[in-house]
Amino acid sequence: MSKAEREIVFVDGVRTPFGKAGPRGLYTHTRADDLVVRCIRELLRRNPSLPPERVAEVAIAATTQTGDQGLTIGRSAALLAGLPRSTPGYAIDRMCAGSLTAVTTIAGAIALRAVDVGIAGGVEHMSHHPMGDGVDPNPRFVAEQLVDESALVMGATAENLHDHDSSLTRERADAYAYASQRKYAAAVATGRIQPDLVSIATRDPELGWGLATADEQPRPDTTVIALAGLRTPFRPHGRVSAGNSAGLNDGATACLIAAAEAAAELELPAAMRLVSHSFAGVDPEVMGIGPIPSTEKALHLAGLSINDIGLFELNEAFAVQVLMFLQHFGIADDDPRVNPWGGALAIGHPLAASGVRLMTQLARQFEQRPNVRYGLTALCVGLGMGAAVIWENPHYADDMRPDATKVGAR
Amino acid sequence: MSVEFPDELIAHALTRYVQPFGLEGEIALVTLDNQRDHTKPTSFGPAGLRGLGAALDAIATRTPSVRAIAITGKPYIFGAGADVTGMPTLRSQEQVREVGRLGHEVFSKLRDSAIPTFAFINGLALGGALELALHCHYRTLSGGARAIALPECSIGLVPGWGGSWLLPHLIGPEQAIRVIIEHPLSQNRMLTSQQAHRLGIGDALFEPADFLERSLEWAVSVLNGETVITRAPITGGPEWNLAVTVGRKIVDERLHGAVRAPLKALELLQLASTAGYAESAEAETQALAELLMGDECRASLYAFNLVQHRAKRPVGAPAASLARSVTKVGVVGAGLMATQLAVLFARRMLVPVVMTDINPEALAAGVARAHADIDRLVEKKRLNSIAASRIKRLISGSADRSDFADADLVIEAVFEELDIKRQVFTELEEIVTPECVLATNTSSLSVSAMAEQLRHPQRVVGLHFFNPVAVLPLVEVIRGEHTDDATLATAFAVAQQLKKSPVGVRDATAFVVNRVLLRCMNEVLAAIDSGTDVATADSALNPLGLPMCPLALLDLVGLPVALHVLQSLHGSFSERFPVSATLRRAVDLGKTSLLTWRNGVRHLDPDLVTAERVSEALTSDQLRDRVLVALAQEIGLMLDEQVVSEAADIDLCMLLGAGWPFYLGGITPYLDRTGISERVIGRRFLPAGVATAP
Repeated sequence: MSKAEREIVFVDGVRTPFGKAGPRGLYTHTRADDLVVRCIRELLRRNPSLPPERVAEVAIAATTQTGDQGLTIGRSAALLAGLPRSTPGYAIDRMCAGSLTAVTTIAGAIALRAVDVGIAGGVEHMSHHPMGDGVDPNPRFVAEQLVDESALVMGATAENLHDHDSSLTRERADAYAYASQRKYAAAVATGRIQPDLVSIATRDPELGWGLATADEQPRPDTTVIALAGLRTPFRPHGRVSAGNSAGLNDGATACLIAAAEAAAELELPAAMRLVSHSFAGVDPEVMGIGPIPSTEKALHLAGLSINDIGLFELNEAFAVQVLMFLQHFGIADDDPRVNPWGGALAIGHPLAASGVRLMTQLARQFEQRPNVRYGLTALCVGLGMGAAVIWENPHYADDMRPDATKVGAR
Repeated sequence: MSVEFPDELIAHALTRYVQPFGLEGEIALVTLDNQRDHTKPTSFGPAGLRGLGAALDAIATRTPSVRAIAITGKPYIFGAGADVTGMPTLRSQEQVREVGRLGHEVFSKLRDSAIPTFAFINGLALGGALELALHCHYRTLSGGARAIALPECSIGLVPGWGGSWLLPHLIGPEQAIRVIIEHPLSQNRMLTSQQAHRLGIGDALFEPADFLERSLEWAVSVLNGETVITRAPITGGPEWNLAVTVGRKIVDERLHGAVRAPLKALELLQLASTAGYAESAEAETQALAELLMGDECRASLYAFNLVQHRAKRPVGAPAASLARSVTKVGVVGAGLMATQLAVLFARRMLVPVVMTDINPEALAAGVARAHADIDRLVEKKRLNSIAASRIKRLISGSADRSDFADADLVIEAVFEELDIKRQVFTELEEIVTPECVLATNTSSLSVSAMAEQLRHPQRVVGLHFFNPVAVLPLVEVIRGEHTDDATLATAFAVAQQLKKSPVGVRDATAFVVNRVLLRCMNEVLAAIDSGTDVATADSALNPLGLPMCPLALLDLVGLPVALHVLQSLHGSFSERFPVSATLRRAVDLGKTSLLTWRNGVRHLDPDLVTAERVSEALTSDQLRDRVLVALAQEIGLMLDEQVVSEAADIDLCMLLGAGWPFYLGGITPYLDRTGISERVIGRRFLPAGVATAP
């Protein structure tokens, strides 16, 4: 490790319950920035040993950065959350990997000793900002055949993945989606999901105040048969349906990232140690394969192999895209290391917010699984990208590293 | 048939069942919402009360039973209490009692509930809405709530839905008297949530950003027994009696028995020390019925309506679209008034303000005083330092009036001498643009006379502010003979931008407030001139409960200023405004007061006692009658002269420019209800029932 680099830890993460986008969704009348603000405040409350003025940066991701997600949301959310005015903030965008990028960007600043402690998070209010709203793709994309038209429609890129390999059938995708719903339902029933959540007061002018305390998207009662009957809106007789795709959702996430030494000084527990991360570009028409090269690169940087990874938190934008990843690395569709508490197919996927959800959930699992040393969080990203972060479990029982105790387990 | 308020804007009680983390079961979360934005606060009329009752009954039938009931409001507003616009429509004591009992019945469901009840006070909580919260078992407060009060006494009423029993039993009689009686009588002071928390009105205080979520988390901790609220026991007995005695003394000193409501409130607070809730509730209901069917309350509701509505939409103002924009202001003079005006214009309009004075030292002192005033606002946390820097930067002094060349409005606050003011305007006209509004802050001189020699007399208007400018909301906007609509519209617009309440007035000597006050004061001076002792004279008006005794007001105004205004009035209306010999002598001798105090008793300054003053000593009652007769006569004449279009504007001026009390309705409702107007001018100022009991 060079002199400039520092060990980086994930301290804690929270998220709002994820709502369904649309006029009757959980957060139709709730502002996007209020969702983030609530996450930031809850993080600070859960970590009372952190003086707010020690938060040196707030990076918040949103894919659409207008309206209630505009005004440099990292800065405006920091002010609204009551952080000191001396705390700067910024907005970040890498579509679905937005908050993951917020984490790695803060991590980079920590490594360079520009920052000791930062907040990274993301928000996407797809009710207020429907996908593609206000987007003006350059006509050159199509005119010069820079990308196929399908590249700009995420569902169409998922159909393209199915074309890739005849074994990637709709049945496999539906079976995977069904399993995701079952795993999530089981995790809720055993109280594994709730600790990550912050409640959100939701006001409806007609109905009065309510309180969001659970994800709205999951369909625990769905069946394989029901899934098989769903329409395939992206192609006639296609394979991609609402059941094997993540939903359109509203939600926010935030987490605390710190230099290990600052965490120790401030008595902040280290939930995960950042090992390596990587982003990769792929063909935009098959953006779903993105996590494959980004994971390979991250493994290479870490000097690890896929077999070292004991837990996978993969974003489930589309079932097929996860299946392709698993197939590539020779992992079974139902491998228990993969998304043990279910994934975005059940929980939902408020684009830029999702990366930190994966991390928060992985951190929670690390705590319960001291036999696991390494975990992976990865997402595919529109316009052909993949993102991956490899984390080490500070609770790992057989950790031989001499400085491991310094980080301190929860 | 049960009582209704016509056009009641109903406070809907919207129930949702929520499941906070960490709680087995549900909380019924009730939102009080009239489904308008925060500019129309939720208030309770009979329909709203019945709706809340029905909502609470529905919650009680829920199975499995809810763990708690929590009540909160729409954004920024918990509730504004009983519907003030509906109150005047109640025509009998029986109707009032029905509304009173309805509130008690509905709110008691929360107090008597076997399931814990919570009020989450998320914003403004006044009167009946605060009483609703007091019925709940627990209360949280949002740090964003800045208006928490029981203001009933300010409109001639008492807390009538349990407040007079619940509050003293929660925070003790001494503090309860402060909240229920002293605050409403002190410009209707309200509590911030921090103050309410310190007093014990709320059990927990949370920041506004996540107030409701934190309140629900807190409620769960209470329900789970993790948070235990212990409240200091309040006992009756000698301490309680002492508090009431002290309260009564304060009320007597302030109001001299002029108004019943605070005394009624004290009676109820006294009763609460020994009576149970039910007995107190019935006494409250009865008090409410008597007060609301009484003249004082009706005059108060009339005054409340003037201040809330008429003050915001001045009658007789030209179309606002005619107003010219004002981007720079000149102030001629650097005296005390000029300084206050400069600070006000800069602070509220955020435009450059240039002060000028022929005396460079006075000018420097004036600018320095303006800057010091702004610094004081920062110290009091009324301004932040960044805004203060901006405002200070906007105020400058210049020896050269040519700096007014690009001003859109120049206001003069120079010596009250017509020739001087005429000269100032004539000189200004050489500098300013033809459209620049020339305003005078004269308190008694003719605006028309100041303008007639000008090339563009149509741009002259009176903007008469009241001292202290920062406190008194009234601005008399005086239309001179020549004043055109654009100028007048600009004057109204400017007054509103200054967050003042403009009232349009015709150009008649001393306009409204000073003419009424001086007529009143002059009767007192005349009585002293003719041998009435000053203590009797000065206290003769006590039964009206005016904010100051006449001679104290005279001192505040300054004897030379008062004499000057009086002389102007004498010039116009010599018979009704004789110039008091005592006052003239006091000014000649350079006195600052007519009074000296010995052993706490007022005496006429010995230098002012003359041999010839023995003719006719009046009793307080005789003098008070003379004053009231004089007021009725003068106001009748002012209406005949069309100084203002309606008696309501006279009342509005006296309420906002002299701080005359609501229960007098300004003044004309009082003159009507005491029969004086009919006796003096043969008619009422307002139709029966408008500001008197039906």
